[in-house]
Amino acid sequence: MIAIDGLRVRFGPNEVVHGISLDVPRGSSFGLVGESGSGKSTILRAFSGLNPDWTGKMRLDNVPLDRKRDRAFFRRVQMVFQDPYGSLHPRQTVDRALSEPLIVHGLQDRDARIAQALSDVALPNSVRFRYPHQLSGGQRQRVAIARALMAEPNVLLLDEPTSALDVSVQAEVLNLLRDLQQRRGLTYLLVSHNLAVVAHLCPIIGVMQGGDLVETLSTDDLRAGRVHHSHTAQLRALTVELEDGGEAAARASA
Amino acid sequence: MLVEIKNLRIAFSTPTGWAEAVRGVSLTLGKEKLGIVGESGSGKSLTARSLLRLLPGNARVQADRLAFDGIDVLAASERQMRAIRGKRAGLILQDPKYSLNPVMTAGDQVAEAWRAHKGGSKRAAAQAAVDLLAQVLIRDPARVAGSYPHELSGGMGQRVMIAMMLAPDPELLIADEPTSALDATVQAEILRLMEDLVSRRGMGLLLISHDLPLVGHFCDRVAVMYAGRVVEELQAGELTHARHPYTRGLLNCMPRLSHPEARLPVMVRDPAWLAP
Repeated sequence: MIAIDGLRVRFGPNEVVHGISLDVPRGSSFGLVGESGSGKSTILRAFSGLNPDWTGKMRLDNVPLDRKRDRAFFRRVQMVFQDPYGSLHPRQTVDRALSEPLIVHGLQDRDARIAQALSDVALPNSVRFRYPHQLSGGQRQRVAIARALMAEPNVLLLDEPTSALDVSVQAEVLNLLRDLQQRRGLTYLLVSHNLAVVAHLCPIIGVMQGGDLVETLSTDDLRAGRVHHSHTAQLRALTVELEDGGEAAARASA
Repeated sequence: MLVEIKNLRIAFSTPTGWAEAVRGVSLTLGKEKLGIVGESGSGKSLTARSLLRLLPGNARVQADRLAFDGIDVLAASERQMRAIRGKRAGLILQDPKYSLNPVMTAGDQVAEAWRAHKGGSKRAAAQAAVDLLAQVLIRDPARVAGSYPHELSGGMGQRVMIAMMLAPDPELLIADEPTSALDATVQAEILRLMEDLVSRRGMGLLLISHDLPLVGHFCDRVAVMYAGRVVEELQAGELTHARHPYTRGLLNCMPRLSHPEARLPVMVRDPAWLAP
């Protein structure tokens, strides 16, 4: 569904992504992990058409992508950003936010579609005429996901979708993303610095460091510790250390 | 006892009456590392800030006892509070991007904190600033001292914040989500640094976070807050034996690398948790 080959992205004189390649089959998910500044979000933005200064090949469903994207592209590919506080217009109601994609793409049945979208993301109909500040963080992120789904895309680009949320809310949003994928056959490209979140949603994971994709491995290999690159091992060790907490430390010293 | 909090209640005036955000919290802290964990809105930051009397103007604070090293914070004069804030108790906030002065070099900011509390010449302060930056394990302290905050990474900025807070040799360090804005790798470095400095200088640490495993890893004791109350207090090592369903829920709902699960358990909130 998504094929990226030798992608390089520049900001002015600096090249920040140094030729990365990845493939995401239809209905699957690919997770990108790495530290801030490693270029993971830049890849997402270049694919979505937000960063124009790139070279290499990108394909959506076997169709090569141009610098300029047509309207059909934006119907098929949608993005969800990290911070629902920043990505929703503070003076527009949920109804307005969800109507916008329908107007842009000339879709009919607005009432029915909005009601359906709200129920898809498990929000009550009562939030429809509320403003973002009247919603909790988790509800706002659901609205952002509902908005991305309005145009019935095939691909969702998720940029740290749960990093701004409490862990209890994160669990709900992760479950929702998984349900939606199964129900609608969506393809996900997910960016996060949280290894456990990426592993939960994606069967394949790419590890970024300093603009290079240093390792691509299956989640099973990552969980089992069958890693090759030192950076992957380092990220994994940090996560495992915190998860096992004192137990692991006690075992190591014993 | 460095900190004594007994039956602390904080309320905000709203058009419909008083809204209680903290509802009877009791905690004590000596020279140890105490973590406060809870979701947004659970009252953990308010509890910590009430110690420095740094609450919004429309807040009403009541407590049977709220004391820092024996000083009654509720009755203290503004002058007495100024002698505590920064000097005896430092506060580290979440995002160095917003808490550092963008038009002052890192070195000048640390030097300012040092001079404000210790006096001394500008030159001595500048030298002390470089020493402090070296203490927070910055490899090239002289260069960082001459840099502006926008030239520093998030982790570096947070080290500058810590250096600034350490300048007056405080007895207590309050860290309010000190690493939430940082990467996992940097997060661990900063917490290890804080842990090390706190143990070496014999300070008390109050670490506020929403990340229960993280806090459990770096603190001696953890207090779990829910809706303005401490629902459970336990030794960090006994986190896995937590009894309160809310604490268990917080631990269970995190995706884990070592134990894959098809669906994450979702927290079912019991109204009974709100009862005192």
